Amino acid sequence: MFPASRYSCKAHRCIRTLTTLQTDHVVPQLYTHVHRRACSSLSTPRITTHYTIHPRDKDPRWQDIEMERFADEADVVIVGGGPAGLSAAIRLKQLANQHQKELRVCLVEKASQLGAHTLSGACLEPSALTELFPDWKERGAPLNTPVTDDVFSIFTEKHRIPVPILPGLPMRNHGNYIVRLGNLVRWLGEQAEELGVELYPGYAASEVLFHEDRSVKGIATNDVGIAKDGSPKDVFERGMELHAKVTLFGEGCHGHLAKQLYKQFNLRENCEPQTYAIGLKELWVIDEKKWRPGRAEHSVGWPLDRHTYGGSFLYHLNEGEPMVALGFVVGLDYSNPYLSPFKEFQRWKHHPFVESTLEGGQRIAYGARALNEGGFQSIPKLTFPGGLLIGCSPGFMNVPKIKGTHTAMKSGILAAEALFPKVTAENLDSETAGLHVPEYSDNLKTSSVWKELRSVRNIRPSFHNPLGLYGGMVYTGIFYWILRGKEPWTLKHCGIDANQLKPAKDCTPIEYPKPDGKISFDLLSSVALSGTNHEGDQPPHLTLKDDSVPVARNLAIYDGPEQRFCPAGVYEYVPVETGDGMRLQINAQNCVHCKTCDIKDPSQNINWVVPEGGGGPAYNGM
Amino acid sequence: MSGRVLVGVKRVIDYAVKIRVKPDHTGVVTDGVKHSMNPFCEIAVEEAVKLKEKKLIKEVVAVSCGPQQSQETIRTALAMGADRGIHVEVSGKDYDSLGPLQVSKILAALAKKEEAQLIILGKQAIDDDCNQTGQMTAALLDWPQGTFASEVSLEAEKIKVVREIDGGLETIKINTPAVLTADLRLNTPRYATLPNIMKAKKKKIANVKPADLGVDLTSRLEVLRVDEPPQREAGVKVETVEDLVAKLKDTGKI
Repeated sequence: MFPASRYSCKAHRCIRTLTTLQTDHVVPQLYTHVHRRACSSLSTPRITTHYTIHPRDKDPRWQDIEMERFADEADVVIVGGGPAGLSAAIRLKQLANQHQKELRVCLVEKASQLGAHTLSGACLEPSALTELFPDWKERGAPLNTPVTDDVFSIFTEKHRIPVPILPGLPMRNHGNYIVRLGNLVRWLGEQAEELGVELYPGYAASEVLFHEDRSVKGIATNDVGIAKDGSPKDVFERGMELHAKVTLFGEGCHGHLAKQLYKQFNLRENCEPQTYAIGLKELWVIDEKKWRPGRAEHSVGWPLDRHTYGGSFLYHLNEGEPMVALGFVVGLDYSNPYLSPFKEFQRWKHHPFVESTLEGGQRIAYGARALNEGGFQSIPKLTFPGGLLIGCSPGFMNVPKIKGTHTAMKSGILAAEALFPKVTAENLDSETAGLHVPEYSDNLKTSSVWKELRSVRNIRPSFHNPLGLYGGMVYTGIFYWILRGKEPWTLKHCGIDANQLKPAKDCTPIEYPKPDGKISFDLLSSVALSGTNHEGDQPPHLTLKDDSVPVARNLAIYDGPEQRFCPAGVYEYVPVETGDGMRLQINAQNCVHCKTCDIKDPSQNINWVVPEGGGGPAYNGM
Repeated sequence: MSGRVLVGVKRVIDYAVKIRVKPDHTGVVTDGVKHSMNPFCEIAVEEAVKLKEKKLIKEVVAVSCGPQQSQETIRTALAMGADRGIHVEVSGKDYDSLGPLQVSKILAALAKKEEAQLIILGKQAIDDDCNQTGQMTAALLDWPQGTFASEVSLEAEKIKVVREIDGGLETIKINTPAVLTADLRLNTPRYATLPNIMKAKKKKIANVKPADLGVDLTSRLEVLRVDEPPQREAGVKVETVEDLVAKLKDTGKI
């Protein structure tokens, strides 16, 4: 029986009120008032101790602590050392050298080394890289595997229906390269350092700083040495402030600072909310006999039903070892709270077509990350006084092609080109202390990125029809392949992913097969392979706005979907030590920084903030 | 005692990373893998910096033996408070076969060259778990050693060291100059914060070759093969003692 029945009548009533308010995503605000009045007798153990939820200026333990921060000035500060951030940094330095101007460019990255938090399929379109470095091959860029073979299938439980990839279809990869994106990011970092960019991996940007006129002044890096209970340790030290004329935010999909900036500058008032998917990936060293270097395989269908968006990829790399990169993507607008993307991935590997490739092989890496699916309709306003948004943070992914790296890099290049003249101008008349560079947005709108995203804008939303996947494929065939996305209408998404879950009582639990330890694996051994770790004695960085919501709402109505959608086993509902009932346990050390929880939490109660820099996964060429 | 302290720091694969044996079984995969400073070396650096802050010693010199990337490890030590660094360049095959004997020879040579009064090392590295370098260095220099130190205090011309041993804690007093190796409970290392990393960029790191120190890097050991530990088999339950004896006989154990 439902845990909710154990609660008092008052609690029952308040939960019922909430389920009727479910569709309104302003609920969390209203909810906390109603809940506290009726359920004050339920004691919730304290979970969240982070200062973003419990401010330190009111905390007696922080009374005598020196909170001044050391500050430094740069011309441009870039948050995020991924393809977009690095492309912007490189382009800025190339322009500075070309025009013989001095330009201090500082880049901060939360991973301990560049590439450690990078995860992608990936089939790279080399267009943006060629623009950045026409001689990338001579420089040794790790693009070693040109795609030789494109295979697309619709899977049923035991069979596959091949789908021909005709020229013109978005999934055709002729001219593209299968890359280990982490290695490419590392290589871009080396190029950037050579050009004089100051790279600071291991330092996370945790706060946006503002001038008096509310324009962006720069960022502050994370404080270190705060204990798990939120108190200062002996080794406590404040983060540092990096001030800049312009700050570029390239945090990747669903960045936590970008989330604040959307609210601060109202950047999302004229676009649709972003929608997402979660991508899980593994690297395998397989039997040489099964290895087909250059082959790119994609599938849709089994094990997902036709109303759950998602699919798989399997790429054969050509870098010496017989290695394949494979993974599974599930749209986060799924409605069944019993769905576990991790378990869908593990069971997909048992399909005869996939298992035959993996048999006799060894898994060597695992990871997961959220990705954007909103496309054109979800692009927010990109510029604001003192800053710009680049890369997957605002979201330029071409969803049917499942490629976002080339557009992310292009956006970084365009940002650099737009802000360079302004930031090096001798006498710039700026209205605000932080420079506003609307030219970036204007140039992006006339670029190939915009055209590309506009032409595929209706493919993902076309999935929402009674025939689900098959309707979407028919739509793609007619309107994209034949008409190239020139249809005059723009289909809408269905609202934010967090609101798409149906209550657990209306859904059927899914019976997942047990992992066999050879092809499929359990969650914890997978998380160990990601190399993820965090300093244990720090406040959990998965903060809850209200500690009582998980048990009272997520568990009560949705049977705790976070224990299923988290690919790292961070969230667990465990019995309380004394008495009846459950409590939420947050294993923050396992976090792989995928951001799925912040996206999919039906109560929108989880706020992912950045932990101490250097923590997180240790991906190697993912 | 006012003088110079030499601190050895080693760049090792980060402790949270799952290592993989190379396909040719000559070692483990290190390319692109996350590395960091050996945790015991961090503790050693912290102790040296603390001594300097107490004005008991004048200068902290961080030393690392390895390829180009070892400089990052030295930078971290500089950011924690070391004054300057020495990078002893060892790469390629020499680096693969670098072990405690060669490192202790290098450290002994440097200690003489730099006229160091104290050498502080981590008790062992987490990749090879040798626990030999400190002891060998002391022997080569004919200096006293305070190993597995959980507490260090300087008293006049002597050092009082509380050592963690199997039976409990042992307190000894040794003469200077001496070699100390740091154990876990000696201190909690400070973070290398960003302003200090930026300042560390201005501190000097000298480049030295082992040959300049008169050290021969040939190893007395040859690695034949590296394998993963055997997979843990499931246990077998038996009902009686007779069954147990029979099973042990079957598998050739007795």
